[in-house]
Amino acid sequence: MSNFPYLSLLTVAPAIGGVVVALLPKDKPELVKRIALGWSVAVLAVAVAMWAGFSAGGPRMQFRESYPWIPAWDVRFTFAADGIALVMLALIALLVPLVILASWHDAENSRRSVPVYFALMLFLESTMIGVFAAADVFLFYVFFEVMLVPMYFLIGSYGGQQRQYAAVKFFLYSLVGGLFMLAAVVGLWVLGGHTFDWQTLIKADFSTGTERWLFLGFFLAFAIKAPFFPFHTWLPDAGGAAPAGAAALLVGVMDKVGTFGILRYCLPLFPNASKYFAPLGMALALVGIVYAALLAIGQNDLKRLVSYTSIAHFGFIGIGIFAFTTQAATGAVLYMFNHGLATGLLFLVVGMLVARRGSALIGDFGGAGKYVPALAGVFFFAGMASLALPGTSPFVSEFLVLVGTFTVNKTVAVVATFGIILAAGYVLWMIQRTIQGTPNPALERVEAAKRDISLREAVVVTPLIALILVLGFYPKPVLDVINPAVKATLSDVGASDPAPTAGAITKEAGK
Amino acid sequence: MSPVLALVPLAEESVPAETFQLPQIDYAALAPMLILFGVACVGILVEAAFRRFPRARIQLPLALLGALAALVVVIMTAGKRTITAGGAITIDGPALFLQGSILVLGIVALLLIGERTLERGGAFVAQAAVTANTEADRSQAATSEGASEVFPLSMFALGGMMLFSTANDLLTMFVALEVFSLPLYLLCALARRRRLLSQEAALKYFLLGSFASAFFLFGVAMIYGFAGRVDFSGIDQAVVGSAASPLLLYIGLALLVIGLLFKAAAVPFHVWTPDVYQGAPTPITALMAACTKVAAFGGLLRVLYVAFGRSQWDFQPVIGTVAVLTMIVGAVLAVTQTDIKRLLAYSSIANAGYLLIGVVALNKEGLSSSLFYLVAYGFTVLAAFGVVTLVRDADGEATHLSRWAGLGRRSPLLAGVFTFILLAFAGIPLTSGFTAKFGVFAAGVEGGQTWLVIAGVVSSAILAFPYLRVVVLMWLSEPSESTPAVSIPGALTSAALMIGTVATLVLGVVPTVLLPIATRAAEFIR
Repeated sequence: MSNFPYLSLLTVAPAIGGVVVALLPKDKPELVKRIALGWSVAVLAVAVAMWAGFSAGGPRMQFRESYPWIPAWDVRFTFAADGIALVMLALIALLVPLVILASWHDAENSRRSVPVYFALMLFLESTMIGVFAAADVFLFYVFFEVMLVPMYFLIGSYGGQQRQYAAVKFFLYSLVGGLFMLAAVVGLWVLGGHTFDWQTLIKADFSTGTERWLFLGFFLAFAIKAPFFPFHTWLPDAGGAAPAGAAALLVGVMDKVGTFGILRYCLPLFPNASKYFAPLGMALALVGIVYAALLAIGQNDLKRLVSYTSIAHFGFIGIGIFAFTTQAATGAVLYMFNHGLATGLLFLVVGMLVARRGSALIGDFGGAGKYVPALAGVFFFAGMASLALPGTSPFVSEFLVLVGTFTVNKTVAVVATFGIILAAGYVLWMIQRTIQGTPNPALERVEAAKRDISLREAVVVTPLIALILVLGFYPKPVLDVINPAVKATLSDVGASDPAPTAGAITKEAGK
Repeated sequence: MSPVLALVPLAEESVPAETFQLPQIDYAALAPMLILFGVACVGILVEAAFRRFPRARIQLPLALLGALAALVVVIMTAGKRTITAGGAITIDGPALFLQGSILVLGIVALLLIGERTLERGGAFVAQAAVTANTEADRSQAATSEGASEVFPLSMFALGGMMLFSTANDLLTMFVALEVFSLPLYLLCALARRRRLLSQEAALKYFLLGSFASAFFLFGVAMIYGFAGRVDFSGIDQAVVGSAASPLLLYIGLALLVIGLLFKAAAVPFHVWTPDVYQGAPTPITALMAACTKVAAFGGLLRVLYVAFGRSQWDFQPVIGTVAVLTMIVGAVLAVTQTDIKRLLAYSSIANAGYLLIGVVALNKEGLSSSLFYLVAYGFTVLAAFGVVTLVRDADGEATHLSRWAGLGRRSPLLAGVFTFILLAFAGIPLTSGFTAKFGVFAAGVEGGQTWLVIAGVVSSAILAFPYLRVVVLMWLSEPSESTPAVSIPGALTSAALMIGTVATLVLGVVPTVLLPIATRAAEFIR
């Protein structure tokens, strides 16, 4: 552990980069992109150094920094990261450079300002890092809301068809959730002793009724953000309309703020209410798994399909959180990380396919693998990772979630397992309809659709594929970081793991 | 202490006790108002003494200097706490804070009023008496130099507002109400373009305003019947001590509050707002939205906190209901608007609702957060109307929303500023809109008015939609042929816009520059 101000540096640096990029002249797009990419790589380097400086067995919150902001309300710029935040920060720092590289030509193709596009990306990175790094509830709320603005313009200005509708819907849904959270934040502040410091607030006690209302205020915001059924309808629209790079960040990282928020704020701050509402959370998550998977099967737009798969995956994360066992919660957090890798990869590859074909409709593809074998291979791999094939990292997390849930709630675990079968259904069918089978004659006429993966695209996908494979076989480095944080969170709730069944049986046999 | 005061004890010795005594007057405490009224009178003399052409060149600097001088005096007397002028005027923390806010916001509004480069002769008509839509009217709209009477009128209005927020009895308050209302009625009628709309606005404002004044005066009579006095500390004692029927108190309080809520534009006393905001010349709309709101809420806070604080159980639920109605109705009706000025009018109604949360909280936090809110909102709304004055075509301002489509492509800087202002209205963090809202919400929860906070949250969510719609229009829609060109702002409008926008940002990012001042000021004296 070191005293280097990693977290504030990580938060501020991309914002400065955004300003620099925004001020560059419009007629030098190459320069803009190089600086944006270089900047995000530098941020990644800082994040890697931070990971190296994190001591897995050390205190729960590390790299703590605190500077006064609004003394009248005891608001401070307090940054601190536990293991959960650390992996999410690493995920952001990793994905942003890849997304920037993947979006190399997106801004020009949309005939809008190139510097603004990359500046928005960097601003988005800054606010997303801020959300995960904040350890002051007020500061968290500020980032939570401000985060919407760059994403709103990314979708609204650079998106595809229906971008205006999607952007407004995205903004309003998130804002509504955020405003209810604001009411809860105000309540928390007044009743919790006029402080926003997270570490002080987790010690505060509330009456049962108050605690439940405050929990609901936060939970609603996070359930919309994640999104859980029935607050999910904005995601397919936003994911479908957003440019592929922004969609990868939206689903890969931004939505995790919802599940992260539940783990960081709902559970430790309102432990009793969390237990009270756990069945509700579990039910929403379970419905989400099945319902979103069924809808995904019915989609004919690739980006919307991937968005629906993501809602189903968030269901798994949800049941992992509300099962309140170490295994399940660890699995959920690991899932948050792996899902960022897998769905991020899937969205980026889909973006490459869509850019070639000029359409996201599945019907416009068919047998594309014949023309672009390598890209089709990557697409296939991303699909397999998304359905959690053993050997890919999502398998480890999904398995942990199911095993951890099974020990406390067999029904839920069994129903959720059906989600895996449905996942195989939508992924395989999607692959079969796009890259396999007889080639679509229309593809023959589209020159671009015959260009296989370029060097730039290969550079984008290689790190993600490598990480998915490595963590699929050896997840220990990430698990080591997550585990203590998850245990601490669960001890806040006062949940204890059930004794292993096998042990109980041996004991009984011994009698 | 001034030498005049030192003489007073001598005078007391020389006259018998029963005879009329000259009230003690602390001229230092009254100086800001005296300066404003003095400058306004000088302005009228300038109107009489100079020819039309140089008048505006004289009036604007005169008005600005007067307001600045008054502001300097307010700042210099910041620590003063006194009741003076025979108990008619209180100079305490909130009074000084409100006076300062009215002056600062008034100066920015004066900059907008003084702008003469956007349109030949400024935003005001030369001779309001010329019949609308006649040949003479068209020719004066095209060529004449605008009326410069607007400056003394504005100064009288500002002086009246300052008096209104420092009045210590109901009669002084009524006089102040009239002093600031009458010039505003006139100012509303002076738009250079769309004369009929402007005259209609003025007439509507005048008629409804007169009703409100009458209600207020009725209320004063009832309260006098109840308490036997009209000064606030006397009423405060009577509320618990009077033997008179409490019915008089309830009726009187209700009538008084109706008069005040009318000026504050709270539902159901809001119907004048959209028409007047739309018809009035935009700089005057800005003045009303920023400064009148400060004065109205300053008066409301003082009456409810100082005079009727002890009967809070009687009025809290009623005003709470008004607050909910104001927030929800303002937000819902804003959704349907197609004219930017009407949209901002409904948004100002909804904002009055948020302010009422701070009023109903009836605690120190409520007072300080309302004060902060008034300043924060004032700056933002001034900048908003400043932008509206710039988006124009040959027929004057293009206020219909469809004309704003694609503005972001034509003039990204201005559209960027307006987007920032709209985000502030929507209460997105890092703008003053958020810190201000947080303050009143926190005060509301603190004061046990959680239901109001919930209503505030719901209405903010509704209100975000119309704001977003404008953002979408400006940035995400393609410009059409009817998208007007944006005029290059003159130095005055640029300054006003810059002050408004920077204040919105600063109060959002480092609210610490104003919060402690508001907190220190938040204590009434009786």
